[in-house]
Amino acid sequence: MGFFLENLPALIIVVPLIAAPLCVLLQGKDYAFTVALLATWFSFVCACYLVARVTTEGVISYEMGGWPPPIGIEYRIDTLNAFVLLIVSGIGSVVAPYSRSSLLFEYVQDRAYMFYAAYLLCLTGLMGVAITGDAFNLFVFLEISSLSSYVLIALGFDRRALTASYQYLIMGTIGATFIVIAIGLLYQATGTLNMADIAQRLPKDGYDRTIVAAFGFLVIGAALKIALFPLHQWLPNAYAYAPSTVSAFLAATATKVSVYILIRFLFTVFGVQLSFEVLPTSLPLMILAVIAMFAASTVACFQNDVKRMLAYSSVAQIGYMVLGISFVTVLGLQAGIVHLFNHALMKGALFLVLGAIFYRIGSCHIESLAGAGRRMPWTMAAFVGGGLSLIGVPLTAGFISKWYLIQAALDKGWWFVAILIVASSLIAVIYIWRVIESAYFRSAPEGAPAVAEAPLSLLVPAWVLVVANVWFGIDTRLPVGMARLAAETLMGVK
Amino acid sequence: MGVQEYILLSMILPLLGAVMIGMSGPRPNQRETVTIVTAIATFVCVLQVLQPVLDGQIPAVTVAEIVPGLPLAFAVEPLGMMFALIASFLWIVTSFYAIGYMRGHNEPNQTRFYMCFAIAIASALGVAFSANMFTLFIAYEVLTLSTYPLVTHSQTEEAKRAGRTYLGILMSTSIGLLLVAVIWTWWAAGTLDFTKGGILKGKLDDGLVIVMLFLYMYGIGKAALMPIHRWLPAAMVAPTPVSALLHAVAVVKAGVFTILKVIIYIFGAEYLRETGASVWLMYVAGATILLASLVALTKDNLKARLAYSTVSQLSYIVLAGALSTSMSLVGGAMHIAMHAFGKITLFFCAGAIMVASHKTEISQMRGLGWRMPFTFGAFLIGALSVIGLPPLGGSWSKWYIALGAADADQLIFIAVLMISSLLNIAYLFPVFARGFFGPRAEEEAQMADAHHHGDGHHGTDEHGAGDHGAGGGRIQEAPLFCVVPLWVTALGCFALFLFADRLYAMLAPIVK
Repeated sequence: MGFFLENLPALIIVVPLIAAPLCVLLQGKDYAFTVALLATWFSFVCACYLVARVTTEGVISYEMGGWPPPIGIEYRIDTLNAFVLLIVSGIGSVVAPYSRSSLLFEYVQDRAYMFYAAYLLCLTGLMGVAITGDAFNLFVFLEISSLSSYVLIALGFDRRALTASYQYLIMGTIGATFIVIAIGLLYQATGTLNMADIAQRLPKDGYDRTIVAAFGFLVIGAALKIALFPLHQWLPNAYAYAPSTVSAFLAATATKVSVYILIRFLFTVFGVQLSFEVLPTSLPLMILAVIAMFAASTVACFQNDVKRMLAYSSVAQIGYMVLGISFVTVLGLQAGIVHLFNHALMKGALFLVLGAIFYRIGSCHIESLAGAGRRMPWTMAAFVGGGLSLIGVPLTAGFISKWYLIQAALDKGWWFVAILIVASSLIAVIYIWRVIESAYFRSAPEGAPAVAEAPLSLLVPAWVLVVANVWFGIDTRLPVGMARLAAETLMGVK
Repeated sequence: MGVQEYILLSMILPLLGAVMIGMSGPRPNQRETVTIVTAIATFVCVLQVLQPVLDGQIPAVTVAEIVPGLPLAFAVEPLGMMFALIASFLWIVTSFYAIGYMRGHNEPNQTRFYMCFAIAIASALGVAFSANMFTLFIAYEVLTLSTYPLVTHSQTEEAKRAGRTYLGILMSTSIGLLLVAVIWTWWAAGTLDFTKGGILKGKLDDGLVIVMLFLYMYGIGKAALMPIHRWLPAAMVAPTPVSALLHAVAVVKAGVFTILKVIIYIFGAEYLRETGASVWLMYVAGATILLASLVALTKDNLKARLAYSTVSQLSYIVLAGALSTSMSLVGGAMHIAMHAFGKITLFFCAGAIMVASHKTEISQMRGLGWRMPFTFGAFLIGALSVIGLPPLGGSWSKWYIALGAADADQLIFIAVLMISSLLNIAYLFPVFARGFFGPRAEEEAQMADAHHHGDGHHGTDEHGAGDHGAGGGRIQEAPLFCVVPLWVTALGCFALFLFADRLYAMLAPIVK
């Protein structure tokens, strides 16, 4: 047991990585499902254990294969890593059982094992990014997750999923290339790939052209993967045409991990001084974030496909996270990281609900939702719950994010940003309300086929996340506490 | 069971009641029994908290700490106690009335109606018992959302349009202004707890106090300060029990109650007086009092007239808050109770008239008093109380607010109060007068006339037309379930006059 716990940081990655080819070998859809489910749940348990260990013991450093850093690859887990691991594996654990009866199977029944293999690889990649302390290893994991997510998106029923996936592939590859160029330049400048090591060797105040170039490539590359306005073009199509399970999983995890990359490089690798004092990063990030909040929310109001609407809403929500980063204060960073967690919960919940709607009604068009409030009461109630959280109504997780963000803005003295945050939430009210109005205040069209409530296997995962939204809106110790610790570490206060 | 459990129970009971009402949907008798039993049990729970509050304690209970220093917590001080007593007592009366009204009117979706009603009461009690501005804000928002289905009850296009106005104004002001004010307060003062003497003193620049006060006063849209009062007349499309209990008592009083809470426990009355930040508010409230009364004069629809009367009366309380003297604050608090009983009586009467004779316009009510003497008698009592004449409760609160205006050296507002009383007479008395002084002989002819026109007056006219021919001078009252409750509240107006000293003694600590 001791040996097992000792090597947990490796196992959390290795188990889903090995499970992926196992799915392909086993082929049978039940076998593949069981393997994927167990591997995901195993990762989640490991992540919980790592969170517990990090909060009590502090940073965990694990040497891959016993090679000490900077020669070998170091897995370095501080509060932020553990927190992101928890988000990714947690959402994965909810989505995995959901995928079984999700509509996906109506179309790719016989190739389900392929889906599970890609899904596990994607999970591995995302967790790998979050756990590794090695810059090049980070890039490798990022590519693993990206390539598998292109596959997952292309599985969508709508043929437009293929072009959406292709578009994402082009944009994602450019982003990843930028990141690898940045890592190459950093390697050239410092002679090491270990992130802690790079941080130590970088001149803190010098204006070195190589390093500035690396910085530029990295920020743009990460912004592409984050889908920060105006580099978000790939995201709406990708989320709208991907299978529901995949939309839920990617919306809740993929962009979060990319935000993690940005935070890690800006604050740990380059350092606060270089990133924000020598280079004027804060203001452009803030402006782009605010534009994203407004432009994307406004566009969301005009979408008739609810899935697409939520995708645009994601772009807006990413604005909140980047806004928190742009404050460069402990409070701001804490708000951004808290929102990382809360947004995963709310978007995960909403996309799972949409999957359930699609399963029964066969469309996520706002018109076809008419009367769904009566016909699928539990599903639509879950949507209302997730929607309230997205708006930021008190007693939901979304409120906590907004609360800390506004505090951070006031603390910084940017009171107009605080007002903008409130104003942009009002836009969220509009687009969520459109769905609610259609579902509850319009009757189903004449002659519409009878629609039953979604099956429990879809409802339960969706409700787990809805309840989590309420739970973490009332008991905020876990996300707020961890975000606080992480922010303090990143800002070097502690 | 301790007093803390009773505090929680008085909010949990209506919620549980709502669930049980939902489950007994297809069985109307069971559903309405559940409503009545829940209402009585809730009132009993609220009563259990009364004695400690009278003894000068502030019983408190914390449910959860959401963010360090920001708990979901309840604490009962005299002002909240009074509001909770009014809301829970009148819920019982209204429940009986609703049975008579909803059945008499054959309203659809009654289960949803009773469910939302119970949730609205639970959130009104939440507003009353909140220990900090954060908890109050949550309860305030739940109250808005739970009353929306009640406003749009009939699901007609008109109701939906009204519902949009209702939700649009209340939500946009509360999120756009009130929430900003709450967050700003938290940031400036580091706490949101309702504290005697206020929490903002010395935390804001003098110029910003006015901005903060503006955010609060217009953020609390439920107080219907002009020009954000439009939602209240719009809400009148709801069934009358809703207009009576929610849009004359629970919802609007939650608004002015919050305003008093904010002025007394967030700003601190003394702080407002010193900075003079509330002078503009006095004028806005004064203007609302007079303008809304004038608008009321022009309304022929009885419920619309009463709605504008409510807008005007609510501003009495806002004015009392803006004056910020101890007299005016106690007077304002008392006015919550006085106006509640007076106005609910008037709405009950309007509903009873609608059920019995299907008349909604004042011009159609000629001679109706002879057929519905009990209803019109109660109407007179309610009207006199709203006007503020002895021996009815309304006279006391007006008296104290006027004294407060004198204390604050704002004599012009005494004049405003007097003019308003005259306007009250002008728009309330004709209703009564038309009921009794209209020539009885002509009534027959008019009845016949109405018979022919059918839809001319109102959609529901035809329904009742059959009774009219036979009616003539005979008494044709609304169902007993309607008439008894409206007399209970009318007698309440008398009781509030006689026992006003007790209410005063209970409320006095809020300004000491």
